[in-house]
Amino acid sequence: MSQADPLLDPTGRVEPVNQAIAGGRSLWDDARARLFHNKAAVASMWVLGVLVVIALIGPMVWVHDYRTISDARAIAPTLEDWHLLGTDLQGRDLLARLMIGLRISLMVGVVATAVSLVIGVTWGATAGYLGGRIDNFMMRIVDVLYALPFIFFVILLLTVFERNIFLIFAAIGAIEWLTMARIVRGQTLAIKGKEFIEAARAAGVSRRAIILRHILPNVIGPVAVYVTLTIPVVILAESFLSFLGLGVNEPLTSLGVLISDGAARMEEKPWMLLAPAGTMAVTLLCLNFIGDGLRDALDPKDR
Amino acid sequence: MSSLQRAFSRIPWAYTARRLLIAIPTMLAIITMAFLMMRAAPGGPFDGERKLPAATEKAIAAKFGFDKPLHEQYFDYVGGVLQGDFGPSYKTLGKSVNDLIADGLPISLTIGSLAMILGITLGTLLGVFAGLRQNSSADYGVMGLAMFGISIPTFVTGPILILIFALGAGIFAVGGLGTYPNIGMNWHNMTLPVITLALPQIAIISRLMRASIIETMRSNHIRTARSKGLSERQVIARHALPAALLPLISYAGPAMARVMTGSVVIEKVFGLPGLGSYFVNGALNRDYTLVMGAIIVYAGLIVLLNLVADILYAVLDPKVKYD
Repeated sequence: MSQADPLLDPTGRVEPVNQAIAGGRSLWDDARARLFHNKAAVASMWVLGVLVVIALIGPMVWVHDYRTISDARAIAPTLEDWHLLGTDLQGRDLLARLMIGLRISLMVGVVATAVSLVIGVTWGATAGYLGGRIDNFMMRIVDVLYALPFIFFVILLLTVFERNIFLIFAAIGAIEWLTMARIVRGQTLAIKGKEFIEAARAAGVSRRAIILRHILPNVIGPVAVYVTLTIPVVILAESFLSFLGLGVNEPLTSLGVLISDGAARMEEKPWMLLAPAGTMAVTLLCLNFIGDGLRDALDPKDR
Repeated sequence: MSSLQRAFSRIPWAYTARRLLIAIPTMLAIITMAFLMMRAAPGGPFDGERKLPAATEKAIAAKFGFDKPLHEQYFDYVGGVLQGDFGPSYKTLGKSVNDLIADGLPISLTIGSLAMILGITLGTLLGVFAGLRQNSSADYGVMGLAMFGISIPTFVTGPILILIFALGAGIFAVGGLGTYPNIGMNWHNMTLPVITLALPQIAIISRLMRASIIETMRSNHIRTARSKGLSERQVIARHALPAALLPLISYAGPAMARVMTGSVVIEKVFGLPGLGSYFVNGALNRDYTLVMGAIIVYAGLIVLLNLVADILYAVLDPKVKYD
């Protein structure tokens, strides 16, 4: 923030603004300090970082491919031939499948959340900014959609049409945008009427600068928190569909598919359940801890 | 005026009527969406491996009304639903969708409502316990457990509970509605499904209640109650708890929706023949009338419960004013 943007400072006097920023601590500095003070959140960020790296690089460097079928069927974890987590019923290496499954699950989480983010922010900001009758109408639609058992429609969609991963992204993203729209709209409405916006307008700040400099930063906080908390919900939703047999297609896999396969054989082959279930639990725990930490950091009134 | 009369007089009748009016287009939208989606699907419910003789195909089409134009089929269906008739099942021969719903719904409703009761009771107790000891080790312990409850999917906890309590200790049934002498909906068959379904609710509700009681304990009316010289126990029981419970009512609607979706998984894990398993099997087998019927029943329940929760909220919260 050391560079003063001439667009954001319509008076053209760059110096004092720079000094003011250097002298005080912004909302974001405070939030960052609080977030890094939260041990659970910091530990979660490290663990999640490691998991993301494993999911991205792991499948490329691991000795086994997740698709390769072998005669070593359903063997328990062993050092022999590097089947560290054993193999599945087709003799495919479970560690390789776990890494690719983690990659798919994280990808579904991020992409579907991004879908919900785009729809939700556009819808909510439009309603909040325009206000009045249009706002009323748009939010009534959200209310009606809120009451629908959407997941049943997703199940229907996935059984009726040919399944592919993009349909899963879109379908899950389309469920989750409703809350996002409500948050963004509420936040936009609240900020629009604040005195500092009026002051900025009175000082002659352009509309674009008001949106960029004053409204957006105040909306980003709650949205960021909600995004972090939506990713685990989406991952759970995907695994829910996978468990019902409606997830990604073979030989591709996801944590949900692996857990579902493992749960079916947990009596005699518990390792097939434990590794994916543990990975899923750790991933979701990390995301939830980070989301909670972010919320506490940005909204410290409950501490 | 008794408190019951006072509560009755607080029911916002105009608001209730308006909400009921909105419920009608909502339900119609659901029916239309589901209907169109299934008619848009490539392949019909009777496309088999073998090509059927033309005459047979014609007879089937006539029996289920496929030979009529689309809008007539739609109006026939909606008309039937309005009279409480969901039509014949496409795949279960000789049974109507009404029969199947009558078979499955009691099971789903039983595990669903028991799980809700368990979730609300335990969740409230744990949340209040943790919230009154904010930032103590007891608080961190409960909230840590709650985080696990939120993060671990039910289809993981379910099999693990089966492994421990059914296959291991042999206390409960592994699944299904049991074998002799424990047939039917009894504690032997229902305990594990209900607990599994309730766990995420316990976790979510305890987090909600913790935040709520913390906020309430800082509010002005608690300060007033304290300054009147009431004991801490009276302050909590008479003044803090009723106020802190309000957010729980507005969560009840979404919670019921979650429990119902959750019960689809629970029914599969435990092999229970509830509405959820009928729905999933129907979707996989393209038994369109069954799927439609199940969706309408689910949606109707969710719309109704949301309405009840909102009215209850208005009755209990003196600050809420509906125009």
